[in-house]
Amino acid sequence: MMTATRAPALPAPRGPLSEAVVDALRGGPVRTVEPADPYGDDLHLALHCCYELHYRGFDGVAPDLEWDPALLTLRRELERTFLAGLRADVPAGDDVDAEVAALLVEPVGPQVRGVSHHLKRAGELWQLREYVTHRSIYHLKEADPQAWVIPRLSGAAKAGLVTVEHDEYGGGRPEHMHATLFAEMMRELDLDDTYGAHLDRVPGQTLAEVNLMSLCGLHRELRGASVGQFAMVELTSSPGSERLVRGMRRMGCGEAAIRFYDEHIEADAVHEQVVRRGVLAPLLAAEPELAADVVFGIRASLHLGERLADHLLGSWERGESSLLG
Amino acid sequence: MSDHRLSDPTHVVLTDEGPALVSGPVEIELPDGGRVRSDRPVTALCLCRRSRRWPICDTSHRTRVREPAEEDDR
Repeated sequence: MMTATRAPALPAPRGPLSEAVVDALRGGPVRTVEPADPYGDDLHLALHCCYELHYRGFDGVAPDLEWDPALLTLRRELERTFLAGLRADVPAGDDVDAEVAALLVEPVGPQVRGVSHHLKRAGELWQLREYVTHRSIYHLKEADPQAWVIPRLSGAAKAGLVTVEHDEYGGGRPEHMHATLFAEMMRELDLDDTYGAHLDRVPGQTLAEVNLMSLCGLHRELRGASVGQFAMVELTSSPGSERLVRGMRRMGCGEAAIRFYDEHIEADAVHEQVVRRGVLAPLLAAEPELAADVVFGIRASLHLGERLADHLLGSWERGESSLLG
Repeated sequence: MSDHRLSDPTHVVLTDEGPALVSGPVEIELPDGGRVRSDRPVTALCLCRRSRRWPICDTSHRTRVREPAEEDDR
């Protein structure tokens, strides 16, 4: 159950960066390490562990390490490398309206490449279970990374964002929380829904998407990018959820398993409207200089989404698991 | 709770491209007498009739661009 109070176990390190972080979390001194690959498995596991101190922490790890200056210095190095990689790979722009308009055009037809398209058309149950396993890193804390941006906004944009967040958190009914619906789906699919249970099995591509959310949520400087990332998800998820519902029905999944994506068809259709009219419009009216950051948030999350999709579809086309050993 | 809140009129936004946005929980009565309830803070009501979840919007009003091939993917 998600209500378990025990924090997750520390993951197995995947290289010098995550080893330095895990050793520090076990109480050892923080070693200086030089990050290199902005998308590497090692960097993203290290960054995920640093960020997780701000969410649920880890079993046996002192909670006050969340604000340990040496660990924060190491985290900053990891973040700089990740951000520099994204800035180099994501074209800059500041036309938010054009960006949003492009997201609202839905490519259709059997040639469209995408994870939800594949799962709808021909995906197998084991591939759906893998997809849900990857997604659990975010959805078991759905809406939490974006909650950090609330105090960084003001006026109408803040009210609009909270309207959507409130819906994500079940509108006051814990049994309707999206994270709770996701956990129920995991159990229906015979997957462990314990928070953090699959960390050792998900690659850097999966962690990078969630790390971008945490990065943008935790830095006020990146609040525009946080809103852009949030907008990208809310604008694109309704049609994708509809494809997943169809795929799950085709695979014979029960209604209890389908409920999470079924809820997102309607929820994100209206969230799209609230994000555009109630968040983006007033934010850019009040702080027009944030336009480039909003576009960066949209494009960076699309870029990371494509990297994950390439990994999933590539693995499955080779008949291989997309999860680690 | 202030009284003025109770007397505020229901806020409805008519969008140019898609649904009508209605604030607050709503119960919608359909032509056949059926009722649909939505407890969301804002509900998007389908006006284009293309929604598979009519009367609730499911983004079916969006422009679709067909990638080359014959088979209908919808």
